Amino acid sequence: MPMIDVQKVSKWYGAFKVLTECTTRVEKGEVVVICGPSGSGKSTLIKCINALEPFQEGQVTVDGVRVKDPATDLPKLRSRIGMVFQNFELFPHMRVSENLAIGQVKVLGRSRDEAMERGLRYLDRVGLANQRDKYPGQLSGGQQQRVAIARALSMDPIAMLFDEPTSALDPEMINEVLDVMVELAREGMTMMCVTHEMGFARTVAHRVIFMDEGRIVEDCAKDDFFGQPRSERAQLFLSKILHH
Amino acid sequence: MEGAFDWAVIWKSRQILWDGFLLSLQLFAIALAGGIVFGTLLAMARLSSWRVLSWPATGFVNLIRSIPFIMAIFWFYFLTPMVVGKITGQQGEAVGPFMSAVVAFIMVESAYYSEIIRAGIQSIPRGQPWAAYALGMGYWQAMGHVVLPQAFRNMLPIMLTQAIILFQDTSLVYVVGLKDFLGAASKQGQITGRIVELYIFVAVAFFAICFLASQLVKRLQARIAVR
Repeated sequence: MPMIDVQKVSKWYGAFKVLTECTTRVEKGEVVVICGPSGSGKSTLIKCINALEPFQEGQVTVDGVRVKDPATDLPKLRSRIGMVFQNFELFPHMRVSENLAIGQVKVLGRSRDEAMERGLRYLDRVGLANQRDKYPGQLSGGQQQRVAIARALSMDPIAMLFDEPTSALDPEMINEVLDVMVELAREGMTMMCVTHEMGFARTVAHRVIFMDEGRIVEDCAKDDFFGQPRSERAQLFLSKILHH
Repeated sequence: MEGAFDWAVIWKSRQILWDGFLLSLQLFAIALAGGIVFGTLLAMARLSSWRVLSWPATGFVNLIRSIPFIMAIFWFYFLTPMVVGKITGQQGEAVGPFMSAVVAFIMVESAYYSEIIRAGIQSIPRGQPWAAYALGMGYWQAMGHVVLPQAFRNMLPIMLTQAIILFQDTSLVYVVGLKDFLGAASKQGQITGRIVELYIFVAVAFFAICFLASQLVKRLQARIAVR
């Protein structure tokens, strides 16, 4: 059974079709990178996996649980899937330590002490233990994103979704975030990453999905994708972002 | 002409004026609390994707905001006793002017506050509730822990400004015969024939309180802006 199973997902914004019959699957421990030009539906697709974006047709199943099933406890399912956003989305009115603890306390029902301890362990892992009492606004973008990753990890997720985690970062901060993600991938975390960081894809991805105009155009092993993408659009896309 | 004023009347009337002031304060506090609580719920209903909630809420807010405040006070003064009377089966003055004023104030203020709060909620980027939901929070948790605390913080200056206006508006209840601050001064003025002195005193008191409060809001605004 795949960890994440996406079956013929279609989505419309009014009359505009943003996703067309997207089908893919992610096995346990697999790292899948989703790339494609802007507006191709990558971020929308990844948000369908934990139903932050509703979709009209198709089915998403995570760890055997159907996302769209009315009987599904959606908050519970979401609490098992970590998500990292382009703009970090730390809670600006809470200190770093509270950001790490709130989900554990309010959703998982852990005690405050336990949540703090666990959160700080992950904060230490992303190299920011000394920032625990700061507010997000006092941190750099790269630091905020690392805190966001630690916040997601402290919920003990079965899979992680990354929605362009480095797109809002200054160039010198991208690597500190990618390093954390690479480490995570090497530990065997199931990951789905929307990103343009092809270096990251080459290093840790098992598969690469290429999207264009709401469709999954390519879905293949990493080496095939970088070796000989079958579609012209993927070739064009790669030549554009790799030619520097 | 100076001798024409008799300021001693204010000292002599201090008990009645103080009682009136307390009544105004009481009404203010109830209307403020009720306005913010119901205003928040109204704002959430208006922003709901569920039309059963958003349409009536929108209708209510637009209706109340299109009626002069003083009319709403009159209206509830005559209407609520009748409605309550119908429900309880008792005759006439089941409610009284204070309760009807309270109902009117809470309804009107909740409509005003809901517009402020709605703007405040909408000022929070969409990613914030997303992040809360992604952690597994439900709607009320996301609102209570993530969206509203930030929204209220952004709205604080404008909410306090509205509170100052509300405090001034409490003087409107004298039209239904309540002895609020202005009502007390008015009655006392008729009895003593010193209505000018009493009105000047009330005006000065309102000015002092509201001016002071608005200065505090300004300072608060500056402090929030730095952060």
